[in-house]
Amino acid sequence: MRRALLLLAAPLLAAQAKPVLVPDVSQREVEIAYSFTGAELLLFGAILYPGGRVPADDRRTDVVVVVKGPTESITIREKEKVAGVWINAQALRYRSAPSFYAAAASRPIRDIVDARTRAIYEIGLDSLQLSPASNAPAEVQDRFTRGLVEQRRRAGLFTETPGAVEITGGVLYRARIRVPAQVTVGRFTAETFLIRDGRVLAAAVRDIDVRKSGFERFVAEAADRHAILYGLAAVALSVLLGWAAGRIARRG
Amino acid sequence: MPRGAKRLIPVVAMDLYLPIANLSVNALVMIALGAGVGLLSGMFGVGGGFLTTPLLIVYGIPPTVAAASAATQVTGASVSGVFAHMRRGGVDVRMGGVLVAGGILGSLFGAWLFRLLQQSGQIDTAIAVTYVLLLGSIGLSMLREAVAAILVARGRRPAKPRRRRHHPLVAALPFRMRFYASGLYISPLAPLLLGFATGILTILLGIGGGFVLVPAMIYLLGMATGVVVGTSLFQILFVTAAATMVHATTTKAVDIVLAALLLVGSVAGAQLGARLASRAKPEYLRLALALMVLAVAFRIGLGLGWRPDEIYTVELN
Repeated sequence: MRRALLLLAAPLLAAQAKPVLVPDVSQREVEIAYSFTGAELLLFGAILYPGGRVPADDRRTDVVVVVKGPTESITIREKEKVAGVWINAQALRYRSAPSFYAAAASRPIRDIVDARTRAIYEIGLDSLQLSPASNAPAEVQDRFTRGLVEQRRRAGLFTETPGAVEITGGVLYRARIRVPAQVTVGRFTAETFLIRDGRVLAAAVRDIDVRKSGFERFVAEAADRHAILYGLAAVALSVLLGWAAGRIARRG
Repeated sequence: MPRGAKRLIPVVAMDLYLPIANLSVNALVMIALGAGVGLLSGMFGVGGGFLTTPLLIVYGIPPTVAAASAATQVTGASVSGVFAHMRRGGVDVRMGGVLVAGGILGSLFGAWLFRLLQQSGQIDTAIAVTYVLLLGSIGLSMLREAVAAILVARGRRPAKPRRRRHHPLVAALPFRMRFYASGLYISPLAPLLLGFATGILTILLGIGGGFVLVPAMIYLLGMATGVVVGTSLFQILFVTAAATMVHATTTKAVDIVLAALLLVGSVAGAQLGARLASRAKPEYLRLALALMVLAVAFRIGLGLGWRPDEIYTVELN
């Protein structure tokens, strides 16, 4: 009798005192230097339940970690075969699209939350909310969005890995997310969602700065801010190397 | 590392991040690529840009960065050649100056064309189609010429007497002036236009344009053959340098790290190639170059017709 009452009251209790997420990232800063071939981020943290008690059926608690890169304004072009040659035909512009998106979850995302919740929190590759700048019918926009996801997935910039979040003892979670070398630099965000019965119980965000450092930063800044000097340096370098090689060869 | 590259090439841990291309490449592969291209350029006396740009694109370098950095590399590859030809009086500086002036104008026009094509999304197709037409037609005429020369050398066909003359269109242009070293009395407009055309090609394709210039100087302008190669290298040196400047200030796609890797390989390869070339028969070298040029044209042509891996492409606004 008491157990039945407790079961009835459980959802009410859960609603009153929500669990809290304490997330952290292995690196708050990712520095791109000469030997950068990508980075592996370890995202981990703890789930604090009210009263410190893990619910008995903790199997149904899921964690999803989403790492997003800075948004960019982009144009997506679609190739079509015209007169035997594949050329860019239709194009759509988007005001903002993430340059990087990686979702790791403890189970397949579709089994954890429904489409509406996925769309609200942008959880999963099929639920990205891009803001189109061109007017086009919904089905065309869907096609282009799928094209973008597919293209970036192949480049390793968009990923979705079910089973990549490990939950230990119902309170500790950890996930590894790989950031490839060709990412756009800027501010990344790592969002962690605690999901139970299809509802997001808690969410937390951490920022990660990805930036070029040392020589790479110097070169990128020089190319951008002092274009003429940078160009002259490139020309001088090539003339010098070519001239030196000629001198060495003549002596030899 | 771009898709596929890691599987194909045995990777020594020499990954290097390119700050402008925004990806990491295997430094040894880039140096080897430069050395291979340098070897060929030393053997055949061409800059090798027509090989560098497509190979870089195949490796996964963005096309704009590939063209811009290849132009920088060609500058370095032509320096020692220009000095060598200058020492033995093989450069018509006056003719070269006119060509360079045309080339700089052409590279500015090319930059405008580049932007226009980029905005309409047709830059990649335009580059590929230009490559196919240019390499295809020049490769074919080189092949014909080389085969004829080989037949003459084997004594199967009598040698045709070669007359040096310029094209009637060139002769019709006004304001004639004397180019002593080239042995010409023609309008400077002809080399100016020729320089202009190669300047456009340098910006778009990242090539020096030697294999366009040399035949044009011989068959269109009718220059004395002794100064053709030196003068063409002279024009290439200055116009690729100008193209580097134009790219640095407009597209901002010159990757100095990539250019340096290619240069280290190519300047070394070029010296080796020049030594190899002195042992081979020139007509066979030309035949080999013709076949190689045709192979590149054929490969790029196939790429146009095949269904691409990526139907969708993304670019930043």
